[in-house]
Amino acid sequence: MASHNPTPFLESRLDRRTLLRGIGGGAAALAAAPLLAACSGGPAPTDPAARATSLGSGLSDPVPRSAIQAMVDAFTGKSGATVKTNVMPRAQLVDNISSYLQSNPEDVITWFAGYKMRYYAAKGLLAPVDDVWAQIGGNFSEGLTKASEGEDGKKYFVPNYNYPWGFYYRKSVWQERGYEIPGTFDAFRALCEQMKKDGLIPIAFADKDGWPAMGTFDYINMRTNGYQFHLDLCAHKESWDQQKVKDVFDNWKALLPYQDEAALGATWQEGARTMTGKKAGMYLIGAFIAQDVTDKEILADLDFFPFPAIAVEGTDAIEAPIDGFVLAKRAGSNKTAKDMLAFFGSGAGQDAYAAKDSSNLQTAKDADTASFSELNKKGAAAIAGAKYISQFFDRDALPAMANNVMIPALQGFIKDGTIDTRAIEAQAKSLYAAE
Amino acid sequence: MSVMPQTTLRSAAAAPGVTAPPARSRRVRRLSGRDRLVLGLMVGVPTLIQAVLVWIPTLLSVGLSFTRWNGLDLADIRPAGLSNYTYAVEEYPPFWPALAHNIIWLVFLALIATPIGLLLAVLLDQKIRGTRLYQSVFFTPVMLSMVMVGIIWQLVYARNEGLLNHLLGTAGTSGAVDWFGDSDVNLWAALVATTWRHAGYVMVLYLAGLKGIDPSLREAAALDGANGRQTFFRVVLPAMRPINIVIVVITIIEGLRAFDIVYLINKGTNGLELLSVLVIQNLVGAGQVIGVGSALAVILLVISLGPIVYYLVRTFRRAD
Repeated sequence: MASHNPTPFLESRLDRRTLLRGIGGGAAALAAAPLLAACSGGPAPTDPAARATSLGSGLSDPVPRSAIQAMVDAFTGKSGATVKTNVMPRAQLVDNISSYLQSNPEDVITWFAGYKMRYYAAKGLLAPVDDVWAQIGGNFSEGLTKASEGEDGKKYFVPNYNYPWGFYYRKSVWQERGYEIPGTFDAFRALCEQMKKDGLIPIAFADKDGWPAMGTFDYINMRTNGYQFHLDLCAHKESWDQQKVKDVFDNWKALLPYQDEAALGATWQEGARTMTGKKAGMYLIGAFIAQDVTDKEILADLDFFPFPAIAVEGTDAIEAPIDGFVLAKRAGSNKTAKDMLAFFGSGAGQDAYAAKDSSNLQTAKDADTASFSELNKKGAAAIAGAKYISQFFDRDALPAMANNVMIPALQGFIKDGTIDTRAIEAQAKSLYAAE
Repeated sequence: MSVMPQTTLRSAAAAPGVTAPPARSRRVRRLSGRDRLVLGLMVGVPTLIQAVLVWIPTLLSVGLSFTRWNGLDLADIRPAGLSNYTYAVEEYPPFWPALAHNIIWLVFLALIATPIGLLLAVLLDQKIRGTRLYQSVFFTPVMLSMVMVGIIWQLVYARNEGLLNHLLGTAGTSGAVDWFGDSDVNLWAALVATTWRHAGYVMVLYLAGLKGIDPSLREAAALDGANGRQTFFRVVLPAMRPINIVIVVITIIEGLRAFDIVYLINKGTNGLELLSVLVIQNLVGAGQVIGVGSALAVILLVISLGPIVYYLVRTFRRAD
């Protein structure tokens, strides 16, 4: 046994690294530390062979995975550095991020903007990347720049792409029936009523997994109370037990009769098929819906419009979650890692990604948008024209709040139209105090 | 065995003229160094494993349930008194439904699933043709992992493409029952899927039990004029006492540890809340709130201790 070639043993240990880390395998992680040290950190490189960094990626689906790899290849091709990539399932990265960041994370990690980033930055688990932003700052709009800041005002995040949420619909259905895009909530409800008369489910809706309904909540809240209130509510700087929140659910209640009744048993993909199969008139979902539509003809037939205005700020705010990269604390002085981040924040880097995964929109201003589909162009224009960009509830709020409180609360609301804001506030108080 | 000599020695030690220390040293001398090493390893290693994997984590969980902690820095642990428990019981809406569902789960298994298993066993114990085949068929679900069971029933229960809605003729219509999505029925749908598996398990255990019954017992009962039902309930079932206890324990354990199938259906939300699911939701992953999760785990532990203590007391009493 022991006389075997030692290489496979070392490799297998590296492969298991993330797993061990996930379960807090301190000893094993320690054992792997020297191996990691060989590929990251260390003093400033003088010899080009020492220019090395690593990337931990939670983008494990085939398309995004190959897209990230294309980005890395573009960087290594340009700089001559070596990059070790560790791809793990998305849930593994997201669910174990605390223990991951505290053990031996890769230098650069795929992550999300929002509270989800600011929280770990404030806990000192991420390294600031202001020097990277000194190079790439001109590439990003004000909204993106702000979304990359931690609570201390330093930058901790480099955006890669984002994708808007909106009402998606099939142009052919709307043309055939003569539907018009509604600008106001009243027009929107009238449209729903018309669709119902025409035998359609007005709004496809799916919430078996609990999170998709948060998109509806975010939009109604931003349209009813404004972007800042929404953000403060997510961060629990505002109370849940107040009239403003009740107003949100009252507005939503007016839409409940038009949303698919079977929502609680359906996944977002099933919801998408209700709409693309022409059984439903429209569907409030993210641009990732394009990933689920394999029929080119239907894809060309898809269009979207922003959530209509309700009370304040018109349609100024858009929900467009940003995915990007953060730098682990221990890699804070790794020049190669920062070079890679700077490259990822450039049009060239993001174009390498977009060439493989066209359902998302590059965020850098100098990215090549010539290959954009009609839908992508519209999405990009909507984001560019938005005054405020929200990140989706589970990124803007404490994860436990989204996961443990909002999912059951929203599912209960969808079921019978009742909501107990007092109970939500009581839970929020306890959960945010625990942080 | 080793207890007996020790007791005699003790009583001898009480007798005048004999002192305790020599007695003790005589006892020790009976085990060679090697014996002691082997015994020490055989007792020590399992104890260590138990301590590291069960007792220490349990005690840590109990400790953490009285704190607030974000799971990051040990210095961030703050005492919280009973607040996690009041949160779970008073403020956390899924708690009471979860408890109720666990009780329904247990009662359903005890009153419906287990008797079905017993019935199957009794039927298949008769000399009917092809009994082996039936046994295999009913036992097959037990060999499937719970994840497979969940996937299979997903196909049965699906709203538009599901077998059940097709049989009912409601598939594709607005009258289609959303077996997993409608919180009025999904618990029962999940229980039927669980029964499918549980009954097969109980059946196999009872079949073994029935085979072990001395035929002369039945003959004697028949000679005394007992009818079939009397023979079964008054003679055969009581004679299977050891099996019955195992079945009771299994049923209670299944009722308390129920988790996989609801987690597979919709992660244990929307009418499928169970205590085990709430523990996982609060302890693992995105929704991690260590204090609350630990408090829920401790509550589940306390509930589980009831049957465990009962079982252990019975087992040890019998050993006496």
